[in-house]
Amino acid sequence: MRHLLTPLDFTTGELDDLFDLAGSIEKDRSAFSHVCSGKKLATCFYEPSTRTRLSFESAMLNLGGSVLGFADAQSSSAAKGETVADTIRVISCFADICAIRHPKEGSARVAAEFSSIPVINAGDGGHHHPTQTLTDLLTIRSLKGRLNDFTIGLCGDLKFGRTVHSLIHAMSRYDNIRFVFISPPELKVPDYITQSLNEKGIPYEEVIKLEDCLERLDLLYMTRVQKERFFNEEDYIRLRSFYILDGEKMKMAKDDMFVLHPLPRVSEIAPEVDNDRRAAYFRQVQYGVYVRMALIMTLLELA
Amino acid sequence: MLNVGKIEEGYVLDHIKAGKSMSIYHHLGLDQLDCPVAIIKNCRSGKSGKKDILKVECAVGTLDLDVLAFIDHNITVNVIKNGEIIEKKHLSLPASIKNVIRCTNPRCITSAERGLPQIFYLSDADKGIYRCRYCDEKYVENDSQAWSF
Repeated sequence: MRHLLTPLDFTTGELDDLFDLAGSIEKDRSAFSHVCSGKKLATCFYEPSTRTRLSFESAMLNLGGSVLGFADAQSSSAAKGETVADTIRVISCFADICAIRHPKEGSARVAAEFSSIPVINAGDGGHHHPTQTLTDLLTIRSLKGRLNDFTIGLCGDLKFGRTVHSLIHAMSRYDNIRFVFISPPELKVPDYITQSLNEKGIPYEEVIKLEDCLERLDLLYMTRVQKERFFNEEDYIRLRSFYILDGEKMKMAKDDMFVLHPLPRVSEIAPEVDNDRRAAYFRQVQYGVYVRMALIMTLLELA
Repeated sequence: MLNVGKIEEGYVLDHIKAGKSMSIYHHLGLDQLDCPVAIIKNCRSGKSGKKDILKVECAVGTLDLDVLAFIDHNITVNVIKNGEIIEKKHLSLPASIKNVIRCTNPRCITSAERGLPQIFYLSDADKGIYRCRYCDEKYVENDSQAWSF
């Protein structure tokens, strides 16, 4: 029995298989509409996350399975003080597979250790959110036809953004990847990540403004820059426009540069960009459903 | 020079960093054992100026040497039988340790979940870096909070 706890749990070969399956699902969804008939997915969400939970539920329903679960800790036994270890042992009797989101880091690993059904980490605090990374990789592969030989710009809060950290680790496993980190100095990518890139000989550069690198990017991964992350409001006001992607900035980018964003977006991508065919963030949500369908099938050994 | 008699069976832990012997005494659980233990502090040492030595008279196999390696893998372990050294062990860092140190990350599941063991794994053998099995938080050497079980 396998689980998915971190973005690197699957080898690149296993990811290829997963993405091939997701590609087949995309081509002919109806061919997969009964493969999980009679199977149940438990969504155990100890903190609210409508988007991720609905994506999992949509994935299971698309496969002909059913869904049960809870959407916040207050409506679960956690409110009575039940441990994750006990909850998952109980859930194992009710469902065939479980997606768990919990505010504490490492909670999904605890669940996996005590579970008799496959566990998918749907986010454990600021630690991992592997299905977001799988979504990002599938989106890139589907749009570009490959996962190697790119210059990828990552823009915004690179210090605290776990999706960014996971994507860097995941993309580092492919050949000829070059990173451009675009962030204010306060929100630079952590040293342990740049150190790991140095050790692997993966090239990267750090720039302050989007304009400084847009024309040479093959992909741009946008994230939010939150006001509260800045030391003072003056810096925030001075720097924020550097991290807002608008129609003018898009003119500088290559014709085949795609823009990704884990969503929710606030103001870092102007609405006018939505109509640009290079804006891929809503397609990314759809790929999130496909990759979760492929993942559920794989973990249930139905692939 | 202080003289402590030979032991018939057990361990002589040599080249302990001066001042560390009491911590090792505690973490090896020697206070729980009903056997003679000699703690010799601040001996003269050719290598490091000063060192501590622990002599434990017990059945061979009693001590958890993984814990010892985690605390200080430069310690030399002399295994004694019939009053003679039968083996000189040089320790290497263990792949994982259980319930020796605890995770100090307040966001870690181990801070909230009852009954979970505190497990750290060796994530970088060259640098001797250990991380929490659950949240991957790095253990910072000499963090007194991590040792407060």
